[in-house]
Amino acid sequence: MPSLGADMESGTLLEWHVKPGDVVHRGDIVARVDTEKAEIEVEIFHDGVVEELLVTPGTKVPVGTPLARLRAAEGAVVAPAARPEAPAPPPRAVTAPPPAPPPPAAAAAPLALRRLRVSPVARRIAEERGIDLAGITGTGPDGAITRADVERAAAAPVTAAAPAAPAALVASVTAPAAPAPPAPTLAPAAARAAERARAMRRTIGAAMARSKREIPHYYLSMRLDLSHALRWLEAENARRPAPQRILPAALLLRATALALREVPELNGFFRDDAFQPSEAVHLGVAVALRPAGLVAPALHDADRLSLDALMAALRDLVQRARSGVLRSSELGEATITVTSLGDTGADLVYGVIHPPQVAMVGFGRVHEEPWAENGGVGARPVVTASLAADHRASDGHRGGLFLAALARLLLHPEAL
Amino acid sequence: MTTREQIREAALRVLGEIAPEADLGALDPAAPLRETLDLDSMDFLNFVVGLLEEIGIDVPESEYGQLSSLGACIEYLAARSASGPGA
Repeated sequence: MPSLGADMESGTLLEWHVKPGDVVHRGDIVARVDTEKAEIEVEIFHDGVVEELLVTPGTKVPVGTPLARLRAAEGAVVAPAARPEAPAPPPRAVTAPPPAPPPPAAAAAPLALRRLRVSPVARRIAEERGIDLAGITGTGPDGAITRADVERAAAAPVTAAAPAAPAALVASVTAPAAPAPPAPTLAPAAARAAERARAMRRTIGAAMARSKREIPHYYLSMRLDLSHALRWLEAENARRPAPQRILPAALLLRATALALREVPELNGFFRDDAFQPSEAVHLGVAVALRPAGLVAPALHDADRLSLDALMAALRDLVQRARSGVLRSSELGEATITVTSLGDTGADLVYGVIHPPQVAMVGFGRVHEEPWAENGGVGARPVVTASLAADHRASDGHRGGLFLAALARLLLHPEAL
Repeated sequence: MTTREQIREAALRVLGEIAPEADLGALDPAAPLRETLDLDSMDFLNFVVGLLEEIGIDVPESEYGQLSSLGACIEYLAARSASGPGA
């Protein structure tokens, strides 16, 4: 069970995406795990063949518990989701691996292509009807499985792919005598959602209480003139079909990532009584969940993504956060968090830093305000950016420079 | 040419994917869409992308205001559809 965040102590295995004998590649998603905050897709860090599944779906285990045994390509046995520093495999296996089907693609397949994309409704319906999503071919955007796909699958006669694995695995956990019901594996979806909502509130509460107890916050804010940025974006979006349009939020994230390069004291972790700056800028993006809740998965290397790439990554991340399926590498790695209240929220946010991070950047609602410049006053779209930062790592002067850098960067959106 | 009923169904299908918790059967066609369904700018972009995929009409950003309610969406998209492909 990988640690998917500093505050995680255990996780519940929900479902295996692999079975013994399956060939897996580094980066493949092998299991779905429920933490207190969200469902997470666990990626594997090795190539190999699944030898044995050690944890059955529905079981809650502490962080560090091996979930499965994997025979590495050359014969070593390692636990998945352990980081790559596994024992070096012996040069050659004595016993040849069973004649497994050839690996699907030559090299490690890119993650994005191997992930199961499922709309939230489709996932719910599939869960209700006990349909295995892995057996469905998606017809939605990027091969996403839509409600129509699930309904088609439900109507179709049962195929060989559907029932097998999960039901068999569940049978061994549920009561010895009673035959396991064929379909839903765990508690009804609604009860689980309610429990998750309570658990998420607890987790957020614990992290925020620790933050307020331990971190000497200071707060700064600055109004930013967005007229240039939004005018540029409007012209840019007018040329683009809907799927390629960019939201103001992506522009704000891009500017934040670049401004952090100028003030690195805000980006990193406070650990062992010292600030450890991070080379990489992994922006934790606060995503509000439906109907309630909050999760802040990491947008990796945001300072190195072009605006288009950042927008695509953001769309993907938000969609997966909301459908409750994030990847293990996206939790616990953010080096700073950004929260954006959107265009219907409040004007200003006083952030609570997520430990062990040392800063939180907030953007309020974008709205028109009187703006004075060069002796005149006019109406302009304005956003109030705020910074909550840890006084152990930086001070107000440096924090102010960060906000000034943001303001400057947003005056030249074409350069973002 | 897509009928109003087809547009209505497509719009509700897309909204159902974005706001699965909403009771869309009870959605007042005159109610403001974003407030009623609590759609943020990412949700709204996904709505527009969904409409493009379902009925092949790309709503430019400058006309997002025409999609203020379900009823307004249907009227606007039906008019776009009637004026032919690529309009």
